[in-house]
Amino acid sequence: MKYSWLALLKEGLKGHQDWTPTWPDVTPQTAYDVIIVGGGGHGLATAYYLARDFPTKKIAVLEKGWIGGGNTGRNTTIVRSNYLWDEAALLYEHALKLWEGLTEELDFNVMFSQRGVYNLGHTLQDMRDIERRVSANLLNGVDAEVVSVAELKERIPILETGKQVRYPVMGASFQARGGVARHDAVAWGFARAASRLGVDIVQNCEVIGMDVSGGRIHGVETTRGFIKADQVGCVPAGHASVLAKMANVRLPLESHPLQAFVSEPMKPVLHTVVMSNAVHGYVSQSDKGDLVIGAGIDSYTGYAQRGSPHLIDHCAAAMIELFPIFSRTRLNRQWGGIVDTCPDACPIISPIPEVKGLYFNCGWGTGGFKATPGSGHVFAQTIGHDTPHPLAAPFHIQRFTTGALIDEHGAAGVAH
Amino acid sequence: MKRLAPQAHERIDRSKTYQFTWQGESYYAYAGDTLASALLANGIDVVGRSFKYGRKRGILAAGVEEPNALVTLESGGYEVPNARATEIELYDQLNAKAASGIPSLRFDLRAALKPFHKFMVAGFYYKTFKWPQKLWPHYEHYLRQLAGFSEVPQQADAEHYDHQYQFVDVAVVGGGAAGLSAALTAAQSGASVLVIDERAELGGELSSEFASSAEAQQWFSSTKQALEQMPNVRILKRSTAFALHDFNLLLVIERRQDHVSLKQRNEKQSRQRQHRVRAKQVILATGSHERPLLFANNDLPGVLMASAMRRYLNEFAVLCGDKPVLAGNNDSIYALAEDLVKRAGVKPVVLDMRVGYDASRLIAAGIDVRQGYTILKASGSNRVEQVSIAKVYYDGKLWSASAATETLDCDVVATSGGFNPLVHLDCHTGSKPLFSNALQAFLPACDKPARISAGSVNGHSDWQACVQDGAYAAHQILGRLEKSVAPTTVKPELKLLNVAPFFCPTHQRNKIFIDMQNDVKASDIELAIRENYRSIEHIKRYTAMGFGTDQGKIGNVLGIALAAQLLNRSIPEVGTTTFRPMYTPVTMGALAGEEVGLLFDPQRFTPIHASHVARGAEFEVVGQWMRPWYFPKAIEHLYDAQSAEDLHTAVQRECLAVRNSVGVMDASTLGKIDIQGPDVREFLARVYTNAWAKLAPGKCRYGVMCDENGMIIDDGVTACLSDTHFVMTTTTGGAARIYNHLETWLQTEWPALKVYLTSVTDHWSTTAIVGPKARRVIEKLCSDIDFNAKAFPFMDWREGTVAGVPARVMRISFSGELSYEINVPANYGRYIWEQVMEAGKEFDITPYGTETMHVLRAEKGYIIVGQDTDGSLSPYDANMGWAVSLTKPYPFLGQRALTRSDTVRTDRKQLVGLLPHDAQKVLPEGTQLVNAIEDKAMIGHVTSSYLSPILGRSIAMAVVKAGLSRMGNTIYAKTVGGETIPVTIADSVFYDTAKEKLDGEV
Ligand SMILES: Cc1cc2nc3c(=O)[nH]c(=O)nc-3n(C[C@H](O)[C@H](O)[C@H](O)COP(=O)(O)OP(=O)(O)OC[C@H]3O[C@@H](n4cnc5c(N)ncnc54)[C@H](O)[C@@H]3O)c2cc1C
Repeated sequence: MKYSWLALLKEGLKGHQDWTPTWPDVTPQTAYDVIIVGGGGHGLATAYYLARDFPTKKIAVLEKGWIGGGNTGRNTTIVRSNYLWDEAALLYEHALKLWEGLTEELDFNVMFSQRGVYNLGHTLQDMRDIERRVSANLLNGVDAEVVSVAELKERIPILETGKQVRYPVMGASFQARGGVARHDAVAWGFARAASRLGVDIVQNCEVIGMDVSGGRIHGVETTRGFIKADQVGCVPAGHASVLAKMANVRLPLESHPLQAFVSEPMKPVLHTVVMSNAVHGYVSQSDKGDLVIGAGIDSYTGYAQRGSPHLIDHCAAAMIELFPIFSRTRLNRQWGGIVDTCPDACPIISPIPEVKGLYFNCGWGTGGFKATPGSGHVFAQTIGHDTPHPLAAPFHIQRFTTGALIDEHGAAGVAH
Repeated sequence: MKRLAPQAHERIDRSKTYQFTWQGESYYAYAGDTLASALLANGIDVVGRSFKYGRKRGILAAGVEEPNALVTLESGGYEVPNARATEIELYDQLNAKAASGIPSLRFDLRAALKPFHKFMVAGFYYKTFKWPQKLWPHYEHYLRQLAGFSEVPQQADAEHYDHQYQFVDVAVVGGGAAGLSAALTAAQSGASVLVIDERAELGGELSSEFASSAEAQQWFSSTKQALEQMPNVRILKRSTAFALHDFNLLLVIERRQDHVSLKQRNEKQSRQRQHRVRAKQVILATGSHERPLLFANNDLPGVLMASAMRRYLNEFAVLCGDKPVLAGNNDSIYALAEDLVKRAGVKPVVLDMRVGYDASRLIAAGIDVRQGYTILKASGSNRVEQVSIAKVYYDGKLWSASAATETLDCDVVATSGGFNPLVHLDCHTGSKPLFSNALQAFLPACDKPARISAGSVNGHSDWQACVQDGAYAAHQILGRLEKSVAPTTVKPELKLLNVAPFFCPTHQRNKIFIDMQNDVKASDIELAIRENYRSIEHIKRYTAMGFGTDQGKIGNVLGIALAAQLLNRSIPEVGTTTFRPMYTPVTMGALAGEEVGLLFDPQRFTPIHASHVARGAEFEVVGQWMRPWYFPKAIEHLYDAQSAEDLHTAVQRECLAVRNSVGVMDASTLGKIDIQGPDVREFLARVYTNAWAKLAPGKCRYGVMCDENGMIIDDGVTACLSDTHFVMTTTTGGAARIYNHLETWLQTEWPALKVYLTSVTDHWSTTAIVGPKARRVIEKLCSDIDFNAKAFPFMDWREGTVAGVPARVMRISFSGELSYEINVPANYGRYIWEQVMEAGKEFDITPYGTETMHVLRAEKGYIIVGQDTDGSLSPYDANMGWAVSLTKPYPFLGQRALTRSDTVRTDRKQLVGLLPHDAQKVLPEGTQLVNAIEDKAMIGHVTSSYLSPILGRSIAMAVVKAGLSRMGNTIYAKTVGGETIPVTIADSVFYDTAKEKLDGEV
């Protein structure tokens, strides 16, 4: 059933009895052409674009828990494409363009809200980096702007722009097309659209082994039995190394906890996204009225989806530094996800050279939500053609051998 | 609804009447009231509006679990958003208003949309507001107007917060019967004990028993008194343990002033304090919350929890209605019925879903008790007026209900559907609660070390059992602490309240509210399941159940039970959503504590800072340091007016002074690491790219440090004091990072190296005398060093006495000029600076800041790590191949990476100089570079750019693809402002290429 006002009207009058499953629960078959491991946004998007662009393939998504329950359902949903390096900017911009049509493409309102994203600068070096990034963005066709303190004050009146604070704001970069989206809806929307194209979405199905021999993959062992497949695309985020190990592959990844928290819902006062690497925090206010705030990454590695409290305290302090009026507002809930970080803070979208038919899409770390449709699309193309999509090529795992790193740490700092 | 005559054991103090304002109108209540009891006593029914449908809502509970009564307190710097009326201790002149109601509590637009409510089901927004997609921003704009409860305060906080650290043997969370008993037992062993309770007074739910049990009252007062007198016990009241982290880090918010009237608040005292408690053992005696029965219109004002009605009656002498209907599925409603008769002479109708339970005492008291009945539906406009009831029957698996048999008139309905033990804290570290069929409740697993639960959180219902369970728990953990106290206790038997299984009427599910704050109805959960949102996490996320400020304390278990029924699974199979901190919301201010304003991050000042301030310096924030940026001179104007030089003028003057005469700079902020041990040379050779084997004592050497990828991460000069003792300097901003980096390698990869690092950044103060006349200045101050250029050559250091102070003087230079850096113990720093200023007077010595330093070093093409490099530049890229030794006996960090195929590409970005064709045009730093005017493909960017006073023209440093082989080429800078500026690629050494100035005036 197509989603629309009319459908809602009809169903409303009938007591909503006839809505069908958003995606059906299925029992896995014994063999597929392509198996996608990981039912997060990236995995589901991969399955959707594969099914759309390679309609003859039989595809399944295997998710160990419930779809969207990993970082997709835990992130602070900032979407932007104003990355510094060409390779990253082009990939994220590809994603942003897809975001702009996603609600229509999926027939599911993912509430993509282009309310703009500010990256604040607090030091002379921050301002040099902003100038550099904006200049690069403009040449790459990414909308970008340098904003002065006076303009900031006008646009975000509740932002502290005075000089008496510890790290006075000196300016910002602004991407008007950036914003936020509803994370769960992205997972559900892709799941619905993919399943309508015949993709099997299998929940509660954990991959626990890989059948690799003769230099290629033959299928995966799961908690629901062995499933044969010629091609296996792994999109397991924080657990990428765990999965790679099953195929005897080592990835240059570290998994760390990353935390976020929300305030109680209040009447909206902040209608854009504000990020600051210098004081370590970023914030937007959801359509429900919660302040959605992201903290820094925990420095230790681990798989428990919770982090250390001192980071939360520090982030609250950063928020008060930026928005003194938040001091008396209250935080309602905090949580953590496990982010898979590469040494250069950029993802790996790549065939695995040692194992034919095995592909990994991981390393999105603290900032992959914004890439969801783009990542899914280029990964689907990479699997479908068994050769890297041009936008994915620079993110080949080989770069850690050749040294062709794409170091987004440099100017962007933490890349949410 | 009214205040009863004085009652024994009431909490209120009738001798103190407080005035308070609600919705702009004045009311009165007593000291000891909560805002909720005060509102109830004043007959106020409607206190809020619901989130989605704008339905009228009244007070449902009496504690932190309240979902409806959200209010805003006070205004200005004292405003409190989203407070729960049930938690607010009334103080005189309190000003409160409802946090909901659009535009007002009386008239809510959302309620006016009633005909549309049937379309506004769970997740309806995912299916709509999307055509045409470009209108979404407008839809969103209007949706946002309906969002949220209170407003964000408009002013900065008028109060402050702090943190305190506690280390105790035993932390007891909960000051009810179980908690107090546990605390007493633990304390008697001599253990240090911290008792934490969120209420204003200890006692917890036990306080509700005092009226009916003198024994309870006596036990409480003697236990409390005993605890208060023990020196090893600390009691934190008005304190909420909001998170329990790994290794028993318990976080507690103590509300120190929120109960005090604004006029009497102590400005010197923090408003709230965060206690960070490390407890060897934690006893969770957190109690339980009641959950309600479900029926249509269960959200009407006047429908409340049985335990809440009992607390309002017994503790506040407030009768919530004259004509009560009590309904429940367990024994607890009987106690309320008895209290109502005894204290208020009111005879309720009691509906018990179960049959065969002993109600003789109630019947004897003339109460109408109907077993096997429940409520199907409530009705009323502003408040409940009637309920329709029906016969229900449980066949051992499922409930069935008759059609409505009767309608009862009433003015209050109190229900009890069982209890939810407060398992939250136990679950914060990942434990899953366990479902008990006997109790129809999730219990804490307590499967993490050093932790135990006690009391009603374990399902105990009578207070004596809780006391015993508390003592039992204390004995258990004392064993672990190797302490003991006699006599020991046995685990008490569970006395069941005989809670019947969950029931939800099937009719009118679209009016049965599971989560009141978010308007999640039974029908929404049905819809979610129909649409395959079957995991409890999906149900939660699709319907927003448990998303509210109450985090589903009342509703979640009901939703889980309903989902189980609809999915035909057991409740434990469905499971709970994740319990996360905060247990109840915590102000950002309390989390931040003292770390706000200038204390947000430590501010570091050099020992010379006061001199800089006195000379009118402007400062630059460099990491935590405040460094002089430039020293503007006062400009005298006519008529005594004064102004100061701007950055540009000051820097021109400072630069020329250094180049032509002498300047002085405070270099104290550079990181300094003292390195000692027999393997120091090898260590240096591993962390720097150049050789260190032969550097003799008395010499200094510049080094470049790379990461594992062969990219520059730091640079600086290291002095050799002896074969086993070196002092390294790092960049100012990199000091801590590099120290960590070195320690990490030493401790994890090279434990065999005998090398010891000590950060001495703060121990030394460094004054650099720079310029052709530098020697003449320093010679005036120091006679025991021969400053002759040959005797004391460039890159040497000497020990000597400067102005009477023992000093290490280094002849190094970041400007190309003759330069002596005088290092003295920090306490002499300012003295030496002033001595230098005095000695330099005759040469017009000029203090200069970071900006001039930057210009001078750029004229010489010296890099600043972090400005000219960004982690993607190798020493070769930076044109510093001379600093790389590939023939050392030890490989250095990054060495292997330098030979990787991408790193040896010849078209990598390389550091070069740029000369704008327009010699007065200063390129904005950061600007990208292209090959041709129309090009968009970037070949590099400007890293540093200045107007050079000595050259009288603009210069820049930049990285450019293959730049080192493109000298003389013209390329273009594309500024953010839209300019395209032609520039010529040049050598990055712009000034004194022959190094003639290094020895200064001879
Ligand atoms: C707190 C936080 C804030 C963030 N903020 C932002 C932000 O503002 N903007 C942004 O762009 N990004 C942000 N991110 C990052 C972003 O969330 C992730 O990069 C992105 O969601 C990753 O999507 P994914 O589909 O790859 O991973 P996930 O959503 O984690 O999906 C991976 C899935 O794989 C499954 N899986 C793992 N192992 C197996 C197995 N063996 N078998 C079967 N299934 C398996 C997991 O259960 C999981 O569902 C944030 C992350 C966190 C944690």
